[in-house]
This record gives sequence, C-alpha cells and structure tokens, in this order.
Amino acid sequence: MAYVIPKENFSGKVLEMTLGAGDKAAVVGGGSALPFHSFEGEGSTRPLIALEIQDVPPSDWPDEVKKQYSSVSDDPAGWAKYCQNDLGAKAVALRLVGTHPDRENRSVEDAVGTVKAVLDAVDVPLIILGSNHVEKDSQVLVAAAEAASGKNCVIGKAQEANYKTIVAAALANNHKLIAMSELDINLAKQLNILIGQMGFSSDRVLTDPMCSALGYGLEYTYSVMERIRLAALAQNDTTMQPPIVGDVGMYVWKIKEVMAPETDLPEWGAIEERGIAWESITATSLMVAGVNLLIMRHPKAVEGVNKTLDELT
Amino acid sequence: MALTGVQIFKLLPKTNCKKCGFPTCLAFAMKLAQRQAEISACPDVSEEAKATLGDASAPPVRGIMLGTGDKSVKMGEENVMFRHEKKFVNPCAIALNLSDTLSDDDLAARAVEVAASEIDRVGQKLRVDAVSVEFASGDAGKYADAVKLVADKAPEAAIILNCTDPQAVEAAVKVVAARKPMIYGADEGNLDAMVALAKEHKLILGVSADGIEAVMDLTRKAKEAGVDDIVIDTGAKTAKDIIEHNTQIRRSAIKKGVKELGYPVINNCMRDDTMVEANVAAVAIAKYASIILLNHIERWKNLALFTLRQNIYTDPQVPMQVPQKVYEISDPAADAPLLITTNFSLTYFIVAGEVENSKVPTRLAVMDCEGLSVLTAWAAGKFTANKIAQFINETEDFNAVSHKELVIPGQVAILSGALEDKLPGWKITVGPREANGLPAFLKNKTA
Ligand code: SF4
Repeated sequence: MAYVIPKENFSGKVLEMTLGAGDKAAVVGGGSALPFHSFEGEGSTRPLIALEIQDVPPSDWPDEVKKQYSSVSDDPAGWAKYCQNDLGAKAVALRLVGTHPDRENRSVEDAVGTVKAVLDAVDVPLIILGSNHVEKDSQVLVAAAEAASGKNCVIGKAQEANYKTIVAAALANNHKLIAMSELDINLAKQLNILIGQMGFSSDRVLTDPMCSALGYGLEYTYSVMERIRLAALAQNDTTMQPPIVGDVGMYVWKIKEVMAPETDLPEWGAIEERGIAWESITATSLMVAGVNLLIMRHPKAVEGVNKTLDELT
Repeated sequence: MALTGVQIFKLLPKTNCKKCGFPTCLAFAMKLAQRQAEISACPDVSEEAKATLGDASAPPVRGIMLGTGDKSVKMGEENVMFRHEKKFVNPCAIALNLSDTLSDDDLAARAVEVAASEIDRVGQKLRVDAVSVEFASGDAGKYADAVKLVADKAPEAAIILNCTDPQAVEAAVKVVAARKPMIYGADEGNLDAMVALAKEHKLILGVSADGIEAVMDLTRKAKEAGVDDIVIDTGAKTAKDIIEHNTQIRRSAIKKGVKELGYPVINNCMRDDTMVEANVAAVAIAKYASIILLNHIERWKNLALFTLRQNIYTDPQVPMQVPQKVYEISDPAADAPLLITTNFSLTYFIVAGEVENSKVPTRLAVMDCEGLSVLTAWAAGKFTANKIAQFINETEDFNAVSHKELVIPGQVAILSGALEDKLPGWKITVGPREANGLPAFLKNKTA
C-alpha cells in the first residue's frame, strides 16, 4: 500500500500585514496552513521577534535580564538603538510601564516625548504598549498614536474596557492595533467584532489572547492560540484571521523559576540558562501553536528562538 | 478496518456476566467500537474473536511500556490531534543519549545524572526516563560493557540500545535482559536479524528509515514477522521535519486508520547548541513525540522540559486546582497581611507569583471554589460572603495570625460589606483588581 500524505486543505487564511515604514518594515502573518506545515500549504511568514524596552529603567525585571541592558536602560532611545544596532532586533516594543499610576505615574506628555525619541532613534517597526492600566492607557496610547502618526506602528493593547478610544486613535493615525482579551477564544472573537464595528479593518488587527509563562498556564494560551488558528483556517472565521501576538517576556520574567538562585534550589540548575530557556521554550511552544509576533526580553533567548526558527522554516 | 459496536457484539459471549466492568456485552461492545475499552477486559472471549477484534479494537496508536518497574513509562494510545479536543494520554519519555566511546568515568557520571534527575513539581515527580547507549566504537564487547555500566549506574531508567549492529545488540541484550531494553536500530539492511532478537527477547523494536513511506514498509514487515511493539523513527533531521513527520504519522494513524503508522514515535533532538536542543525538544514534546533523545540534560533544561511536558499533557477539561489551604509566602510573621483568593491554579500561580515578587511576607488563603477563577466563582455562588465567612471560621490555619484583617480581591469589592456583617470583629480590606497591583499594594500596606 502506497503512502498517501494526509493533507488538510483549508479554505481560510491568516491575514498578512506590514509593520513599520521604510526599508526595515516587516511582514507578519499570511499563509493558509497550520504553523510549520509546509507539506500541505503555505504557512505564515517567519514569526517576527520584537525586543522589549521600557520608558523607565526596568527596576522590576529580574537581575538576569536587567543586566543585559544595564548600560543603556536609563535612556529609552539609547536602549532601542542598542536593540536594533547591536542585537540585530527586527522590531522593538516600547512598553510605557512608567505611566502606570502605581509606578512612576509619568504624564501623557512624558510618554509622548519618549515615543518620539525612540522613533527618531530606530527605523525597525515599533510596537507601542501601555502600562495595562485601563483608564491611563486610553489617554497615553491615544497621545502616543498621534505622536507616531505615519510610522505604521503597532498600538496596544486595546481591551474590552478601553478599546473605543484606542481604536479611534489607531484608525486616525494609520497604525496597526493589538486587541487583547483574557484566555478565551470567544472573548477574543467578540473583541475583534467590536473593533470591526468601529470601521477598523481586520487586516490591521493583531490578536493577543493573553500570554502565560511555561508552568504558569502556558497550556491555556497554547490551546487558545491553536483554536484561534483552526477557526481562521478550517472554519474560515474572518474574525479569527488576524496574526497572533505572544507577549512572552513580561509573563516569563517575573516567576520564581527565572529568579530563584541555584544556591536556594540546586535541583533547578544554573539560573542564567534557566531563565533563558524559560523564555525561549515558552516562545518556541507558542510559535508551534500559531504566534506570529513575539515580544521578548533576553537577547540570548531571542538568539535561541531564531536558531530554532532557522530549522523550522 | 474498524468494526461497529453491533459487529463486535456478535463476537462476544453474550452472557452479560459483567466481568468486563460493563452491565452488558452490548455496552462493552459499544465501548470497544469507540476504542475506550480493551478486549482483554472480557475474560471469556474466544481466541478466535480476540484475533478478529484485536486488530479492530486496538487503539489507533499502540500502547507500549518502555522500561521495567515503578519508573517504566507508557507510550502511545493517543486519540486526538489537538489537546483542547481531549487529554493527550501518555507523556513523552525523555532520554539521554550516550556514546559507547566515552570513558568509563564519563559514562558512569552521565548515567548518574539520569539517576539523579528527579524533580518534584506541583506534586508530581518528574525525571529523565531513559538512557540510550549509542554504538559508535565498532566493538560489540565494548558496547555491551558500556551498556552494562550505564544500566548499573541508572538502575531505574529504561534502556535504549541505539545500535544498528545485530551482534552488538545481541551482546548488550544479554547483559541487561532483565531491564527489557528497547532495540533502536532496525533498518532496511538488518531488519530480519533485529526482528529475530526482538522476538526472542520480547523487546520493543525501534525501526528507522528515511521518511514515512520507507518506515511504513519496515513496520509492516516487522509486524508480519511477529513483532508487536514497534517505535517509529523517520529520520527527522530538523525541527520542521519533526513537526511534519509526526503530524502526518499521527493523522494517518488516527484519522485514516493506517495501521503501519499506529506506533509511538522517537525523535532525535540532539544538537550541539544546548539551548537549541531545548527548543527542538519543546517542539517534539508539543508535537506528538513519544521518546526524545538529548545530548545534554542540565538541571535547568530538565526542569523546563518536564514542566512543558506536564503543561501539554494536562487534561484540558478539568480546571486545574490547587489544594485549599493557607499558603505561607516568604516566611510570614504573625502580623503579616492575609489575602484570600480561589483555588483555580492559574489564579493561585499568578497571585502567589506577584506576592513573591513584592518580597512582602504574606499569608495567602486559598479557598476551594472547584477550580474557578475569582469572578467566575463569585458569579457561580461559590465565592460569596457566606462561603468565605464559613471558610474563615472553620480554618484552623488562622491560629498563627495575630490580627483580624482580610484582604479580598478587588474584583469582588462588592462583598466587603456583607463579609464584615458575617465576620464580626474582622476588618475587610479591598485589594487591587488585578494581581499585578499586589506588589505596590503590599509594600504600601507594610510600609
Ligand atoms: S465480561 Fe465478556 S461476557 Fe461478560 S458481560 Fe463483559 S463482554 Fe459480556
């Protein structure tokens, strides 16, 4: 009996979109096959990895990742440049965490200043993220979107509680948008529908179904992403066809496994490699599930994922 | 091809004796048709029926035990492509591969790494399950010695004989026969000799070929020659091959009923770069491997891969729960803050993680709400003022607490009034809505 390759031919696709402007613009998404299934169709383009920077020094990052940036992290523009020029980042994600009222509570004007400085410093695509404070984000991200007008950035994250203002700002200033919901395919779908109803085209949306770290709910994120991909491809559900975002770094670099010293837990092994592996394996697993855009922190974890991608694509 | 329940029923004794655990032969037949039962559960079935049914009722991916004793692991028996459909059944075995050209000291030391690899994670004991010895010396006697040494130093691990030379396999099998080593080395050139060894010693036979079509030919021949326990190696060289081959094999077996591919799969994930090896192993674990071979098993890597394996093989239907109790974080004194939340494991992990980040010693009371998150539990009437009050009054763990102030999640701020009524003498404080507000909240509170 001859072997017949069991192919699935899907009618749906993943939307393809360009991020950024100029020579360094990048394409994410696309394709109509499950991730890395090139035997049965064209897959998405190689996942894009953005290195994360912040508007304030990363006082809350664990030492192992903080020290990678100690010479640059007091200046967002210099930090961004370092990521692009020295580390070869193909995209940068600026998290305006310092605007959070419980953190430095930086003003909207300060945030705008940072966004402009970072935009001047690099020409790779820029992802502009708020502090995940629903009210403050709707002020900060609106101003940031205006300041970055014409640069085709990614603005995020719009959530159910604040999407209207953020969507309007992304629409008016021609940006892409991250829509975030909490680990539930129906919530992700519903938010994308609401955003579509505002006249924001789905080929400018990226879906963030909420990330989780390895060992801390990764299986939920993994399965929600797989289900979103299947809905997009097998059921041709247009609301589930935007590229998927994995905001990996911030979920990984706060758990015990990346912080506990080997002297406390010898059975967990070397802390440096442990942290890198934690971020890198979290990211790799989510790429298998369908991630198109990764936001990561440790340069060596990115290097590991890139080498693995060389084998995967 | 698969038989229907009624077809199977006709082959059963029809006595309805219930020894199979089902009320009637027909009920048992229906379960067999759905591959949710095994024919061996009926003690009275005829040999003839067993032969007919054996094939039809076999799970689409054959279940095989790797190794012997308490630490042996089951492979195969998978039914689905995606873990959200149904729980993945038998977690991938992790194996360290060692060359027989290593010095005795190195072999011993690395085998001890396997023996000492066990880690406890959320109540499960996890370990490197197997050690593979690769025949690179060209000397059968040396190979057998190496296998013996490794087996002695890793006394509970499963043994994999990674060797394509039948004579060397034979020599090695003799010294570790009691450990039921897996022969991993049948290929087009040596199939007959390897089949003979596997049959004689009742061992698992790993068959290798370049690609799926070629390997099917070998599994068919091995099966026809009388070997039942087979593991497939398609020679996947890259992570992409691993995904593509493993996906096609799983799909062929469970969706197309291709018997020649209804076996567990072994993947070579060995890479010089240990971080890439970890990632490739992650790909294989997520995508259907039953055994992965590694070059390096550093403790950090084991922890990460064990955790991934645990995550991927978690039952997606059952909400993950942690036990109800008062968790002490960072060694709290009697006057440390006291928080309460529900026992959904993700809620617990996130809250406990943020508390740990805050470095403020704290007690976290986790209440059994059937694994629901805070808002869902509240909406379902499981995290109400009444129930919380009852929990607080009945929990003796609060004896160590010198104050009466309880911090409730901001999402259920609405409960604070009712709780103060139900818990006379207690002060109820409303905490942040999101766990990421906890470090600031706790620091503020104890400042
Ligand atoms: S054990 Fe066999 S004979 Fe008895 S009820 Fe079950 S199927 Fe029928």
